[in-house]
Amino acid sequence: MSGQGTATAPPDVLTGGETGRRAGPARRRRPRPPTRDSGWWALMLLLPAAAGLAVFEIWPTFQTIYYSFTSWGAFGGHAWSGLENYRTLIADSDVFHAIVNTAIITAITLLAVPLSAVVAALLSLPGMRGVTIYRTLYFLPVVTLPAAVALTWKWLFNGDYGLINWLLSKIGIDGPHWLSDPATAIFAISIVGVWGSIGYNMVIFLSGIRGIPVDYYEAAELDGAGRLAQFFHVTVPLLTPSIFFVTVITVINSLQAFDLIYLMVGQQSPAIERTETLVYLFYQRGFAEHDGGYAAAIGVLLLIATLILTAAQFRLQKRWVHYG
Amino acid sequence: MKRLLSLLLVPLLLAAAACSGSSESGGDSDEQVTLTYAIWDQAQAAAMKQIIQEFHAQHPNIDVQVQVTPWESYWTKLQTSVTAGSGPDVFWMTMVYAQYYAIGGGIAALDDQVKKSKLDTSVYVPAVTKAYTVDGKLYGIPKDVNGFGLCYNKKLFDAAGVKHPDASWKWTDVIAAAQKLTNKQKGVYGFVAPEADELSWYLTVPQVGGQVISPDGKRSGYDQDATIQGIQFWTDMITKYHVSPTLQQTTDTDPLAMLTSGKVAMRYCGSWEPEEIAAVPYGKANIGIAPLPAGPTGKREYYSNGLADSISAKTKHPEQAWQFLQFLGSEKAAEIQAKTGTVIPAYQGHADAYAKAMPEFDLQVFVDHLKYAQPFPASTDTSVWRDEVTKQFAEAWTGKAPVGDVSKSVAEMMNTALSKEKK
Repeated sequence: MSGQGTATAPPDVLTGGETGRRAGPARRRRPRPPTRDSGWWALMLLLPAAAGLAVFEIWPTFQTIYYSFTSWGAFGGHAWSGLENYRTLIADSDVFHAIVNTAIITAITLLAVPLSAVVAALLSLPGMRGVTIYRTLYFLPVVTLPAAVALTWKWLFNGDYGLINWLLSKIGIDGPHWLSDPATAIFAISIVGVWGSIGYNMVIFLSGIRGIPVDYYEAAELDGAGRLAQFFHVTVPLLTPSIFFVTVITVINSLQAFDLIYLMVGQQSPAIERTETLVYLFYQRGFAEHDGGYAAAIGVLLLIATLILTAAQFRLQKRWVHYG
Repeated sequence: MKRLLSLLLVPLLLAAAACSGSSESGGDSDEQVTLTYAIWDQAQAAAMKQIIQEFHAQHPNIDVQVQVTPWESYWTKLQTSVTAGSGPDVFWMTMVYAQYYAIGGGIAALDDQVKKSKLDTSVYVPAVTKAYTVDGKLYGIPKDVNGFGLCYNKKLFDAAGVKHPDASWKWTDVIAAAQKLTNKQKGVYGFVAPEADELSWYLTVPQVGGQVISPDGKRSGYDQDATIQGIQFWTDMITKYHVSPTLQQTTDTDPLAMLTSGKVAMRYCGSWEPEEIAAVPYGKANIGIAPLPAGPTGKREYYSNGLADSISAKTKHPEQAWQFLQFLGSEKAAEIQAKTGTVIPAYQGHADAYAKAMPEFDLQVFVDHLKYAQPFPASTDTSVWRDEVTKQFAEAWTGKAPVGDVSKSVAEMMNTALSKEKK
């Protein structure tokens, strides 16, 4: 959802695969061995990015951890309050809701991973026409302003005048008020999340598929494997490094879901309790209710959750990701 | 190169012109000063700029820059910038945040200046002045005040053969008319009952003697029977009489748009809304405005929000900011605002210009309502409980739980929040 634009693919997915197919490992030029000064240069070149990271990402993270043990004054000043914020956090039923909602959104958004793999595979079929058009169409949501996306979907989902319910009424279904009905809102939001992330995932999968040597497909065909069998036994196993990467990014982004909830549901909606995520709650407590210390504690909770989930994924990857 | 040089010269020339300007005027201070004035409503920016022009003519050494930030980010930005000391010098304040800013030290008390300049504060609507008086000190010069009325669709009333609303209307008249006007086949509802405190139960709770918060701001009033009765007026429209769209519908589609598209026949309206209604041709042609129906016993009190202009506690130019504030609170400024038809000035006796601003509507209705205004429910940190109240009442609006039960648990939540506030 948010922050997709800033994520970068691991080098082995985008470049390693390419060279593997085009030139073949035998013809690859050997990199020059590092010399003594190159370490200096590397340091110099890394410095600006590292400085930015330290000032805007790493330092604030530590500040947030510190602030989570403080209580804030209205206009500046904070006082040490020990574990007070965390005690409130454990007893806050809104936090519990937010964790459940965040988990549901993350789980549904993960559907985008297999979906985009299929889309990418279809677009890579030999003889497929209009690939560029489709690729652009699927990628458009990624480069569209989240606010514009949210507003458009809000109209589509409108219970009385929305296009979706109008289409449903044509086949005799009385559609719900998607975004304001507590039972459906979280699914409506997640659908937009899935729709929005297919484009980004697809691009990574497309380059991953290109990295698969054609020989494998030829061999599979000789053995009598059809398109479907090829997809499951050649494409998917060789795509697992990309799938792993995309899954990690999708989980991290979904845990940070905020913009769609803020823009499409909002504080006044009866569905907010069933859609608010941890980041939404962080915003509400920190900025609407001026409780910066408590918001920081929510931020720390999210940080820990993200760390655990990502570490678990790296642990588990050994069982299913095939490199090369 | 020549162009670049001349560009460099411009500021120098301007500075020179400014210096000569201030020496001629000989005001309280010869220093040339630029103040920043933060507001959130783009619709009022033109009026504000006109006020600044008039002010600048009288005080050539004080420039004022208007800074418009949309409501959604106004308060986040203001709090951060005031904390950092880089905030605007003068800004709009609402009753909801007045105590928070006053007690937290974000805005300056004005009593000394008021006394020194012999400013008469009795000219403003008393409910507004009262809301900006915290611990006996005044923290803002009242800017405007909200009145309310009953907006109705003349065409739908005529088609259903229902008499147009008038000053004699009470709750029962609204219900009876709404029942006659509701036509489910055509998708028309007689009334719309949104769950929006300011535009719904803040108007009816005082009409039955209920209260949202005790006058000392220490206890919630949501557990009082009268308060519950005032809220039930709204939920009954949906769950008992079925004459209003549901909460889901009013969340998906703006209730004002429902009114101006002929989907609902009646809606409670605020004095800032006629401009929006007139912007829709159907609304301009078919909507009428009647006095807000009175409570069952004829009571007409209501909670009114009203804005004030306040000075940042951290301004570097308190003298000049006060001069500007005085002008904002002047008769002249009130007149300029009123003529736009967007707001009723808090300066009493200047509502006429507002009432005449849009001849297609009877805006006088809003002005007549002002005498029943009560200060908006607020405590030191209103936003902590206000959003939560709305969130919890959704259960009552959707008919999942009785209003009385929800209201009592709302009161508990609110009392807990109030007990944690710094007084």
